[in-house]
Amino acid sequence: MFLTLATQSLAELLESAGISSGWQYAGAAVVHMALLFGVFSLCPFFFIWMERKVAGRIQDRLGPTRVGGRFGWLQSLADGIKLIQKEDLCPPAADSLLFRAAPYIVCMASFAAFVVLPFSDGWVAVAADSGLFIMLAVMSLEVFGIILAGYSSGSKWSLFGGMREAAQMVSYEIPLAICAVIPIVAAGSLNLNEIGNMQSGGIQNWFLFHDPFTFIAFFVYFIVATASCKRAPFDLAEAESELVGGFHTEYSGMRWSFFFMGEYASMFAVCGIASILFLGGWNTGIPAIDQGLAAMRASSGPSAYLGGVLGIGVFAVKAVIGVFIQVWLRWTVPRIRIDQVITVCLKYLVPISCFLFLGSITWPLLLHAGQQRTTWTSEPLGERMAAAIPGNVAGRPANPDEPAANPDGSDESRHPASDVPSEAAPAGHAVTWMKPVEVTR
Amino acid sequence: MQPSLSGYLLIGAVLFTCGVVCMATRRNAIGVLMGVELVLNGANVNLVAFSRYTTLGIDGQIYSLFIIVLAAAEAALALAIALNFYNNHLTIDVDKASSLKG
Amino acid sequence: MNGEAVFFTLFTVSACLGALAVVVSQNVVRMAFWLIICLGSTAGLFFLADADFVGAVQLLIYVGGTLVLLVFAVMLTSSGPYVKIETSPGEVILAGMIGLLFLFMVIAAQTGIDWEGTGSRIAEASEIDPPDGTFDTGAEGHTLRPIGMSLLGLRPDRGAAASGTLFTGYLLPFEIVSVHLLVVLVGAAYLARAKRRREA
Repeated sequence: MFLTLATQSLAELLESAGISSGWQYAGAAVVHMALLFGVFSLCPFFFIWMERKVAGRIQDRLGPTRVGGRFGWLQSLADGIKLIQKEDLCPPAADSLLFRAAPYIVCMASFAAFVVLPFSDGWVAVAADSGLFIMLAVMSLEVFGIILAGYSSGSKWSLFGGMREAAQMVSYEIPLAICAVIPIVAAGSLNLNEIGNMQSGGIQNWFLFHDPFTFIAFFVYFIVATASCKRAPFDLAEAESELVGGFHTEYSGMRWSFFFMGEYASMFAVCGIASILFLGGWNTGIPAIDQGLAAMRASSGPSAYLGGVLGIGVFAVKAVIGVFIQVWLRWTVPRIRIDQVITVCLKYLVPISCFLFLGSITWPLLLHAGQQRTTWTSEPLGERMAAAIPGNVAGRPANPDEPAANPDGSDESRHPASDVPSEAAPAGHAVTWMKPVEVTR
Repeated sequence: MQPSLSGYLLIGAVLFTCGVVCMATRRNAIGVLMGVELVLNGANVNLVAFSRYTTLGIDGQIYSLFIIVLAAAEAALALAIALNFYNNHLTIDVDKASSLKG
Repeated sequence: MNGEAVFFTLFTVSACLGALAVVVSQNVVRMAFWLIICLGSTAGLFFLADADFVGAVQLLIYVGGTLVLLVFAVMLTSSGPYVKIETSPGEVILAGMIGLLFLFMVIAAQTGIDWEGTGSRIAEASEIDPPDGTFDTGAEGHTLRPIGMSLLGLRPDRGAAASGTLFTGYLLPFEIVSVHLLVVLVGAAYLARAKRRREA
């Protein structure tokens, strides 16, 4: 079973079992959904345990120690069982339909973001061309569930929490999007899979080190992402000292836990975006290892599968380190006031990110005027782009009908001017948009 | 139901009609605004469907992008006006906006 | 019944029911909730029609932006919890009848047209070459780069013949819209600025 799964895609496996094409499609869809759902539920499961353990250590305690052995591995399971048993309350003052629907909206928005997030080269549910944009768009729906929860609870604490949260998330979306666009300007693509592949071959190729502006943008992005996940020190919406529980004051049991599943999943999602945009995604940053992994993925058979799994490992390590830092911040930094939260965003982070955006646009132009090249440390992006786009699905060769090395495109990409991203090189891009990049639907 | 041009046009018609009825019956200014959003969305569905099922190509999608952007701008302005109206009259019932009547 | 048909049916039903519920429900926040359902399913329909970018814009701007703004406005302007402004039943019945008539009119007009040959008819009437074979609108929703290039004034889908002619994309509308947005931003900030409430 393992070997057949490794050598063939799921649909081919089902075809060989003699299943009709409609059921093949349905079967493959169900398996993929199950995998995504597993990731989604495993994230909170692991992160809640990590949060409690890290909090314990930071406060000079042990944290959970009993459930599931020495380190309390299964503490989240115990928490979950406890929450399922609790009564599902709906206060009489609440608008019951909206009150019941709100946790599902929050949960669904965080969950749906994983559909376009690639975990390894080609291992993505939908390799949409506008992947990053879809992801940010879907994650922006989360705020609506929170407003509805705050409004429909029929309680002052909830309403205040919901309003604060909405103001915070809406204003932090602006610098978040601008900071995410900065590496996009360098990459010239919104497809997260292509962006990940462009950063192969050495740590100097990571967009973190692409130019000084992307370097600063990473840290701004991380602060903003922490705030948009409503984590401390920006967790005003659920400030226990002022607002009891904020928007989830009136919730109990499973509905309450849905908010937290959504929160932990979106923490993983924003850290995953950071890992792909700035930290090289599934590339380790050491050229020899990266080439080995890429060769494994390009081969056929079980080694391609193993290469994908190792890619997931590298990606997950980077994202989990990001989540760990968010947890670390929560238990170290004191909460700031709501007016300070909004001031920090609108007066400092938005201008800073706008400046970084302008800087990252002018940087390659200036560098090209001075040094005849557009990147500082790494190989020109045009060459990386050409390398990143044809071979995309693990273990599946590029479509032979496509011109593998388009004469215009390859000439363009060697020319130093062509890696001035986006607008400056329409000829290079004109070739790429016609190739449907990679679809695993 | 297979996706088809007439299917999309039917959805567009339903959204448009609901939007018009909503605009006509609401007395709450924000409710009227929601009706406008529904009408614009009905138009968007049609444009995207034409872009997919006829030779209109990418034009239909670009038109719908412009509509979405203009709808957002319109909503921002209309809400500013509604807030202003509320500040002056302590209600957002559009029937009460009769100060300019002779 | 393939997957596409299943999702099309699902999104169609939820979009239409959402729109109806917007009309029927009396509470403004519930209207906003049903509007999310409706607009979200419309975004799903856009994804099904291979317009990924338009669907994502719909989610980001409409659902994540405009509707949040609407709910904010509801909260800032309501004088009590769960505010309702009732419409008189006579008006509702009248509006419903007119609405139904209008719907039948639109559907009758739409079913009376042969949509199959529209492509060639558009081409004949407007003397534009239909898109050549290099561009496939239905290419799995990868429309991001053609849209971006059209907004920059290039038309990859019309082939090389069109660039430099009358059909040179949407650079001017794009610029106009961007200036328009700036004007709206300033205007909205001016209109909604904090003023002292008039003593009444």
